[in-house]
Amino acid sequence: MHVDPLEKTWVWLASAIAVTFVVVLIWAAVARGIHPPSNVETIDSASLHLSEEFAEDNLGVHRQPDGSLKVVMVATRYGFYPQHIEVPANTPINFRIATTDVLHGFHVEGTNLATMVIPGFISEVNLAEGFKTTGTKPMFCNEYCGLGHHYMWSRVTITDKAS
Amino acid sequence: MSDATKPSGLALAHMWIAFLLFAVAALLGLYQVLERAELIPVWDLGYYSSVTSHGAIMGFVLTTLFISGFGYYTAATSLKMEVPMKGVAWLGWILMVGGSVLAAVFMLTGQAAVLFTFYPPLTAHVGFYIGATLLVVGSWLWVLVMIVMMGQWKKANPGQVVPLAMFGTAINALLWFWTSLGVAIEVLTQIIPLALGLVDTIDVGLARTLFSWTLHPIVYFWLLPAYITLYTIVPKAAGGRLISDEMARIAFIMLVVFGLPIGFHHLYMDPFQAEGWKILHMVGTMLVAIPTMITGFTVIGSLEIAGRLRGGKGLFGWISKVDWSQPVVLAAGFAMLMLTIGGFGGLINASYSLNVVVHNTQWVTGHFHLIFGGTVVIMYMGAAYYIWPSVTGKELASLGRARTQLWLWFIGMCTLTLPWHALGLQGQPRRTAFSPYATEFVQSWWTAEYLMVLGGAILVLSAVLFVFNLAIGGGPAASREVEYAEAVHQPVSLPNSLNGFTLWNWIIAISMIVAFGYPVAQFWMMPTYDPVMWGF
Ligand code: HEM
Ligand SMILES: [Cu+2]
Ligand SMILES: [Cu+2]
Repeated sequence: MHVDPLEKTWVWLASAIAVTFVVVLIWAAVARGIHPPSNVETIDSASLHLSEEFAEDNLGVHRQPDGSLKVVMVATRYGFYPQHIEVPANTPINFRIATTDVLHGFHVEGTNLATMVIPGFISEVNLAEGFKTTGTKPMFCNEYCGLGHHYMWSRVTITDKAS
Repeated sequence: MSDATKPSGLALAHMWIAFLLFAVAALLGLYQVLERAELIPVWDLGYYSSVTSHGAIMGFVLTTLFISGFGYYTAATSLKMEVPMKGVAWLGWILMVGGSVLAAVFMLTGQAAVLFTFYPPLTAHVGFYIGATLLVVGSWLWVLVMIVMMGQWKKANPGQVVPLAMFGTAINALLWFWTSLGVAIEVLTQIIPLALGLVDTIDVGLARTLFSWTLHPIVYFWLLPAYITLYTIVPKAAGGRLISDEMARIAFIMLVVFGLPIGFHHLYMDPFQAEGWKILHMVGTMLVAIPTMITGFTVIGSLEIAGRLRGGKGLFGWISKVDWSQPVVLAAGFAMLMLTIGGFGGLINASYSLNVVVHNTQWVTGHFHLIFGGTVVIMYMGAAYYIWPSVTGKELASLGRARTQLWLWFIGMCTLTLPWHALGLQGQPRRTAFSPYATEFVQSWWTAEYLMVLGGAILVLSAVLFVFNLAIGGGPAASREVEYAEAVHQPVSLPNSLNGFTLWNWIIAISMIVAFGYPVAQFWMMPTYDPVMWGF
């Protein structure tokens, strides 16, 4: 084997860089609890309206006894329902969403509130500290779901916690 | 080398179809940017049929046909032997071209607007899936020919070192076989039965898991011919030598072995795989950055050797001495620049906790156009310019025009993709025909949108010029043959692990079982509710 000494040094350096990334990411996941939606929970998408949690009357923002929020939404071609939700800033959010039809992608830009919405499964995102800034933001569908995909979006308004 | 062993017919037949369809797909790309920027009347079905065709041609047809043609060429010229089983090879071509045409008919007539990833339960006309299947089956015949060819050569030359160009080509064939199994199982056992009405429902979690098996390593299948060119052609064309032959083999092996069991970075945002599995695949994803960093070092190091052999002095003085007048060397320079920018973006996508910010935004489209449309395709162009005189018997009519074309491609790609990265960070979703959102959310997007159109226009110009440069001929008769780079220390013997694939096949098999065994099996271990098929 002929490996140039400089090249050997570089291989070690490159490996050290890669391992550093791995360590930092695992630290963020384990110590800070930063995980993407991974709840592995099934549901029958064809009869969401018959389920307790995703029945039409139960969609929207619910205040929990401990002061945190539970937000329940449904994705269906071409919108996220309810189409406009309002939540206070700096309040922990437990967000749950399911689809009645095909795949969708849910994303609030600049935040960790994003998930794929997959037929047959519930997606759950936990925002431990809630939204940090106030204002109205769009919730875009970002996975192709059919010819009206670009029409699919809703709004979230984040209000000052005091008000 | 005699003309009898040179597979000019096979190489040209594959590459011409690849490049002609590439030009068509580039024109579709221009239509798409115009519609996205709302400079032409919007038409939903037109847009999504176009993106499906553009994505499928660029991602599946250009790549598979180019890689096959280039593979026949590098195999025959580096081993100095005739391609065996010519009938099988041509049958592969017929299946690949026939399958592509069949799929194109349904894509272009608006019967398959499901995009090139065709995520179920969205369902296209069954002809689209059958066409795609034929393309893959045809490519397996290429795999077979490559593996048989390497076996025959090794038998005839016991103990000899398989030339690096062939080692890379054959390991890519092997990679492609492993890679394509995931999507093949998805299409054959789930999607085609659904599209034919043989079953009523489909397990989407399983389908996406199988697709992710293919979706990551397929990018290494596309990338490896670029790396083979960078390692085995560019150092010599630039006037120098390859730093290390063995390190190149190790890099190829690492790409294949680490690159296969890591598809879940495409599923970070999906709810049906648990955290631990995603983290496991994330570790592999980060490790696969190592061979790419090695490649960066080796290629730049080999260019430096070339610059110094040609009289370059000082820390950076060698750069101007490299023979950039050779199109393939110029392409390598641009490829390294785009790989560097795109590589940083890729690390962000791959980060378990950062991915959420960019997932499925226009950032992703920007990222893969930069690496795939940029780095990979510019190396295909450079490689084509390099081998064209040898396969056609005529020099290029104008090296200057070839260089202009590469400059345009580089400038166009940067102009197209950097604004896309910016749009993605502002939340713009990918795969949208235009932006019918409230004005307040989109008003900051327009500068980037118009830059995107400018980039697209430059790229189309470059794509057309590329095909023109290859087609025009007209140069003097060429006697030049391909010359593969020599390493500073050319190996005289190698351990089996660096000269064959048995060990690696076993390691891959085990790692695929570890990475995908439980995540696939879980769909039979829990009650799942499968959706019916939906139109688009
Ligand atoms: C002429 C230059 C090109 C232009 C103007 C262009 C433009 C576009 C546009 C506008 C989209 C749709 C993006 C979206 O809706 O999110 C797209 C998608 C795509 N492009 Fe290109 N592109 C070009 C070249 C390439 C090249 C060279 C490749 C790779 C070899 C490529 C691969 C793809 C793929 C795979 C998709 C599908 C993406 C998806 O389904 O999300 N493109 N391109
Ligand atoms: Cu959508
Ligand atoms: Cu990937």
